[in-house]
Amino acid sequence: MPKENYNPRIEIHPILNFEKKKLVKFYFEGKEYYGYEDEPIACALIANGIKVFHITKEKKRKRGFFCAIGRCSSCLMKVDGKKNVMVCITRLKEGMKIERQ
Amino acid sequence: MKGNDIERKITIIGAGPAGLKAAITIADLGGEVLLVDENPYVGGQLVKQTHKFFGSKELYCGLRGFEIAKIFEEEIKKRSNIELFLNACAVGLYLENNKKIVALVKNEKLMKITTDVLIIATGAYENFLLFENNDLPGVYGAGAVQTLVNQYGVRPGKSCLMVGSGNIGLIVAYQLLQADIEVKAVIEILPKVTGWYVHYAKLKRCGVPILTSHTILKAIGKDEVEGAVICKVNRNLKPIKGTEKRLKVDFICLAVGLTPFTDLLWQINAKLLYIPELGGFVPYYDENYETSIPGIFVCGDVSGIEEASTAMIEGEIAGISAYEKIYGKRKETEALKEKKKKELFALRKGPHSKKILIGLKKLKNGY
Ligand SMILES: Cc1cc2nc3c(=O)[nH]c(=O)nc-3n(C[C@H](O)[C@H](O)[C@H](O)COP(=O)(O)OP(=O)(O)OC[C@H]3O[C@@H](n4cnc5c(N)ncnc54)[C@H](O)[C@@H]3O)c2cc1C
Repeated sequence: MPKENYNPRIEIHPILNFEKKKLVKFYFEGKEYYGYEDEPIACALIANGIKVFHITKEKKRKRGFFCAIGRCSSCLMKVDGKKNVMVCITRLKEGMKIERQ
Repeated sequence: MKGNDIERKITIIGAGPAGLKAAITIADLGGEVLLVDENPYVGGQLVKQTHKFFGSKELYCGLRGFEIAKIFEEEIKKRSNIELFLNACAVGLYLENNKKIVALVKNEKLMKITTDVLIIATGAYENFLLFENNDLPGVYGAGAVQTLVNQYGVRPGKSCLMVGSGNIGLIVAYQLLQADIEVKAVIEILPKVTGWYVHYAKLKRCGVPILTSHTILKAIGKDEVEGAVICKVNRNLKPIKGTEKRLKVDFICLAVGLTPFTDLLWQINAKLLYIPELGGFVPYYDENYETSIPGIFVCGDVSGIEEASTAMIEGEIAGISAYEKIYGKRKETEALKEKKKKELFALRKGPHSKKILIGLKKLKNGY
């Protein structure tokens, strides 16, 4: 089953239609990426194959997305210079600068 | 701060199925109500649910969760006596004389709502599970994956291990197949599947292995999940040595239950009881869904984990009670409440409600 041309974005679905929003540019760790405007930042990162959202201070353990509803704090990142932003519920905007904190 | 302070008669926190039904009920009885939710949309968990609902027409049977959320959105818009605040998160709750004070962060600004009656319908959050490397990116909540896949059309990976065979585990596993994602297996620590047979059968037909008496030992991977080790468990649910099996998956979904989101209730020292059958700590409430604090009501998952249909009826009952508190009891309100209680009773007749009924009995007895 796993696909040859794997695309994290679902194009065809038996029940759902994903209306395409505006494609916007954003930066992750200084590099350019694209995502859809107003989707949660976490979705845009995962759609670009980025799963490690931060690295813990002491033990250097990698952390990613977990709850998607702003409860677990596993996805805290630095967004436009502001630390501790929950990227699972914060919406993507054109030109955003996203970093691991 | 001052300019942002408002006073309301009835306020509801949480616009999931429970809070929405409460608001509509109050409005239809002729009351005024403020409904707040931290999301930019209404519907709570419904927006990510793509399976068809069962039950009666009043409970939207045959429709899918996200379609029901759309109907709710319209119904709220139609009623001018429902005031809706979105992007508004209740972060604090205080009691002052007989008033309740909600600290609300709306569009990143703090505001104060003073309200006579409050309905808390904040829902639940997903449980975590203890195993080696459970913090590795790629270990996701099943509901979180449902959000990614169904709400935003993003695949978290190509191949999944689902941990837990309750309804959420089974439903989300099926939804992953619909999104063209492989489900390597669904594992369940208990000797039998805990979700409904319909959901189980759908997966079985698609050839997904459903392994009961199995648990996860660890996640494997350097930067992100590359696999998982599972094993069989004995009658005491302890791993059996020598039965370990490695699965190659790039994400692991945890569907191991929900916990009521009771934070606001703890802040005001409401009476909470530990009842595992209802999902952990739940607020004590009486037959009107009023908590130990007069004028504060609860409904939906925050008062005990169940499902959307029961959450809606609880919302209606809590809504009627809140209305009566402000505008007074009438024959009509009392009759409606009795009718709703009967509906709820009927919904809980099935074998799947056994656990809930045990939990509710404990709640009633106050331990
Ligand atoms: C992730 C997840 C997935 C689920 N998937 C399914 C499924 O597929 N099928 C199924 O039958 N059941 C599912 N459930 C069960 C589901 O909880 C119930 O079916 C139903 O949604 C409960 O309704 P509710 O109104 O009590 O809570 P919810 O639907 O959770 O609504 C609560 C609302 O309150 C908001 N809120 C919470 N705290 C605050 C605050 N402080 N300030 C402002 N707003 C706040 C939340 O953001 C949310 O919008 C799922 C639950 C979760 C948590």
